[in-house]
Amino acid sequence: MTIAPVRRSIHTKAPPARAFEIFTGRMGRWWPRGRTVGQAPHADIVLEPHVGGRWFERNDEGRETQWGKVLVWEPPVRLVLAWQLDGEKRYDPELITEVEITFAPADGGGTEVRLEHRNLERFRKNRDAWAAAVESGWTDMVRIFGDYLDRLPDAEE
Amino acid sequence: MTNSVTAVRALSALGDPSRRTIFERLVANPAAVGDLARSLPITRSAVSQHLRVLKEAGLVTETPDGTRRIYRLDPAGIAAVRDWLDSQWVMALGAFGDFADAEADAEEEDQ
Repeated sequence: MTIAPVRRSIHTKAPPARAFEIFTGRMGRWWPRGRTVGQAPHADIVLEPHVGGRWFERNDEGRETQWGKVLVWEPPVRLVLAWQLDGEKRYDPELITEVEITFAPADGGGTEVRLEHRNLERFRKNRDAWAAAVESGWTDMVRIFGDYLDRLPDAEE
Repeated sequence: MTNSVTAVRALSALGDPSRRTIFERLVANPAAVGDLARSLPITRSAVSQHLRVLKEAGLVTETPDGTRRIYRLDPAGIAAVRDWLDSQWVMALGAFGDFADAEADAEEEDQ
């Protein structure tokens, strides 16, 4: 019943505590502008630093676009965020997919930052859309198959 | 034309009543071979063969789950979301790494 989680990791020279602080406290600075979900480029991306804290972007006009919330807050080693944007990148308070980020000291210094985005099967709306597509696809297939048969040379009939 | 060929292959794969039933079960829920065999009046190896045909027709995919393999519809919608998230996180983590590295360098110089 699960879709494989997205897993990615990177190494940074910054020590774990600093990496955690930059990741959570300065997301609006390091996240590339124009690569978020809001209509306009973000002025800031805010992660309120406590369990239940909101996660959202704010544009230059002060307009907020919700991304999700904080589920686990364990500085400086672990953070779990709820990513609550659906397949069309719209905020859905009913949808919770988890993004876990861990910050571990790396051999030779710096930090190994690991990210896992899981519960992807909860993008139920997309699954329903797929089911609908399958239904209409079935109709199309019958039509295409009919056309195909019509085009076959008489000899094969 | 390629679409028609794919569609014809998929349609012939679904021409078999057992395969059609298996496909419809997977529309409702992903399942392992054993799950399907238990609820259908055909053998486990017959289920496996049908699944292989459905897979070759591009209708279902399989993923390992411990010692089992779970079959599901090739969920184009979810796969697209997953791909988007994956590229989003590659982009975001890359940018974060560059930023944190630059901060670490600057702090080193300050000391």
